Amino acid sequence: MSDTTIIDLLRERLPTECVLSEAEDLRPYECDGLSAYRRLPMVVVIPQTLEQVQTTLKLCAQNAVAVVARGAGTGLSGGALPLSDGVLLSMARFNRILGIDTANRTARVQPGVTNLSISKAAAPHGLYYAPDPSSQIACSIGGNVAENAGGVHCLKYGLTVHNIQQLEVLTIDGEHLTIGSQALDSPGYDLLALMTGSEGLLGVITEITVKLLPLPETAQVVLAAFASVEAAGAAVTATIANGIIPAGLELLDNPAIRAVEQFVHAGYPEDAAAILLCELDGTGADVAAQIERVDQVFRAAGATELRVSRDEQERQRFWAGRKAAFPAMGRLSPDYYCMDGTIPRKHLSRVLAEIDRMSTEYGLPICNVFHAGDGNLHPLILYDANRPGELERTEELGGKILELCVAVGGTITGEHGVGMEKINQMCVQFNTEELTQLHAVKAAFDPQGLLNPGKAIPTLHRCAEFGAMHVHHGQLPHPELERF
Amino acid sequence: MSLVESLQDTLRDAAATGTPLSIHAGGSKSFYGRPVTGTGFSVAEYTGIIDYSPTELVISARAGTPLSELESALAKENQMLPFEPPHFGPGATLGGTIACGFSGPRRPYTGAARDFVLGITCLNGRGERLRFGGQVMKNVAGYDLSRTLTGSLGTLAVLLDISLKVLPRPETELTLCHEVSAEQALQQLNTWASQPLPLSGGCYSEGQLRVRLSGFEQGVQAAARQLGGEELADADGFWRDLREQRLGFFQDERPLWRVSVPPAAAALALEAGELIDWGGAQRWLKTTLPTQTLRDAAVRAGGHATCFHGGNREDVFHPLDPAIKALHQRLKASFDPAGILNPGRMYSGI
Repeated sequence: MSDTTIIDLLRERLPTECVLSEAEDLRPYECDGLSAYRRLPMVVVIPQTLEQVQTTLKLCAQNAVAVVARGAGTGLSGGALPLSDGVLLSMARFNRILGIDTANRTARVQPGVTNLSISKAAAPHGLYYAPDPSSQIACSIGGNVAENAGGVHCLKYGLTVHNIQQLEVLTIDGEHLTIGSQALDSPGYDLLALMTGSEGLLGVITEITVKLLPLPETAQVVLAAFASVEAAGAAVTATIANGIIPAGLELLDNPAIRAVEQFVHAGYPEDAAAILLCELDGTGADVAAQIERVDQVFRAAGATELRVSRDEQERQRFWAGRKAAFPAMGRLSPDYYCMDGTIPRKHLSRVLAEIDRMSTEYGLPICNVFHAGDGNLHPLILYDANRPGELERTEELGGKILELCVAVGGTITGEHGVGMEKINQMCVQFNTEELTQLHAVKAAFDPQGLLNPGKAIPTLHRCAEFGAMHVHHGQLPHPELERF
Repeated sequence: MSLVESLQDTLRDAAATGTPLSIHAGGSKSFYGRPVTGTGFSVAEYTGIIDYSPTELVISARAGTPLSELESALAKENQMLPFEPPHFGPGATLGGTIACGFSGPRRPYTGAARDFVLGITCLNGRGERLRFGGQVMKNVAGYDLSRTLTGSLGTLAVLLDISLKVLPRPETELTLCHEVSAEQALQQLNTWASQPLPLSGGCYSEGQLRVRLSGFEQGVQAAARQLGGEELADADGFWRDLREQRLGFFQDERPLWRVSVPPAAAALALEAGELIDWGGAQRWLKTTLPTQTLRDAAVRAGGHATCFHGGNREDVFHPLDPAIKALHQRLKASFDPAGILNPGRMYSGI
């Protein structure tokens, strides 16, 4: 069928304001948080009711038109990048908190609700929603589920998958599924885990029941400076060896510290090679005991300076720098590219040294700001997209960093998702049989392959072109193919 | 030929001939689920800890590794499996524990077996060796199939290597007892759970509410003062016997039902002995009431009911909604097109 037909069909069945097809109306949807990749969708549908979502999906299924679901569009892997011959389904108007069950400590929310607004709504009851991605002020909970988003506190409180109980989902055929339950488990396969992080390839989420946790009585941050990144890394290992699981444990290297200081004046020591921000939370007595222990561990690990937040204001200031790290890079460099590999922490020094070497080789500066406690790296490559060829070199460098993460036993993405961005590196992490199994799982939900096609799981054909099928613990491939 | 290669060969042959296989290792959980008629397929020989770096908080081991061996290795480093899995017998293995997805009393406060699974290498019904997830804390590459396999009762794949997140053992634990009614116990458990307390167990049985606290000495003592009550002497023994279903409550010939409900759901008040665990979210019933009565009661309370032990072994798990059931069948076919892996263990046709 021609493009106009599906638009006509959508217009026929949905209220006028729900269907956008003029170029200027489509523009805001051309990319998500990974703005290097842009493409206009054929049409944008912004439904207001469940029936309208169902109608849209049924029309797409009947006419074999692809659908890309979108939340707030803050994703960092191009997961919501539209298709020029597909429907972009915005769930933005599903923005209501449907109810908070204080007795069972859950909240029922629509997918377009922002992450932070759940915690705000729960706060009067002494509860909050634990996963806190940096974008929590803007990102939607539906997108968080689709990406299995993490955040600063997931070392102790887990990812999205650990903090949700039930999903209402529509399949591409418009069939309604309830996945999970209001209890702690449900009969049959763990479809809740399967849906979480499935990047919009299996179904469209229309409602989420999240778990709420009691707000900690108190939280304090220890800020420690180290003379080398290795020493800071060793301090992380020693903390865990001493039986402490901090609520958050973040590392900033010197380039990141300096960038942040110029931007927000968080009071970080600018001469430190690395700093650790270690948050301890719990009851007053518990936090006091942990701080005492962390203080000893960090001193023994060679901390050159130690500060403990004295009040909530100071705790917020310590975090302000970490939270402003990405915008701070925006001041240092016209563009930056955020990577998201996870490695076993024991390889931290080796991997950081290798990243440093690659940075020199490519002539592109890299700052490191990352979740040190769980080995989730976020190297930020600074570049200028206006310089010819620099974006391509940045992507190539990024790809190599991810392949390095796989080579040391890690993964290409800890929390941002594969999306469009890391689709080629999936060929390095998974072999043909594994990819075939992943496609078979997709087909069990979406036999026509209409939900977010081309993302998250590469076709075998694409991997063959990429020329790097699953090179494991050996030589790393050198992709020269362009991504588009 | 390596052991894994011979297991792969057996699977390929079984797939070619359509021979159903009944997967087992130590046999400690053979009572669970529906009976499988099939040729025995053992992973008991596939044993050993592959990698354990305490400071990484990760342990990887082969499916046939005795659970006790794993727990001893962790205990030496003052660490533990945070989901406190039941053994149900000396033969318990890691593979069976993850295939069943069982979690003990710590579950509502720390997490379930699936929450600590980081990666699984398995053999699907085509005999293909597949690895999903890994050995790192955060990994969102590909669908989360290692968690999907957890609790799938061997109906999707044969588990080979399993990586789990582990945690330090708490510095201190203590258990407090209160004499209250079931209603008071449920109210108390849920009130406490919405406060920042270091809870790690909450159980009510025969007029006694028992609450466990875990953490650093100062924090646990402060919480104990807040909660009040009598300290239980052999607390470790109590929680172990609860987990292993050795308490007096379980010593009863009637079928054992597990009802999973929202934690604040009222006591089920059926003609049955009821033990409340998981801070209210798991109710154990000893009863000969009809299956439908129990299922209806579970649904009214917002949950589901499993005939855990005894009773009618053909009708064990709560029936699935038709759309979800159809999805289960398609998922099963995607892993095991010939239908040879533990067919019917979970549901007929799966």
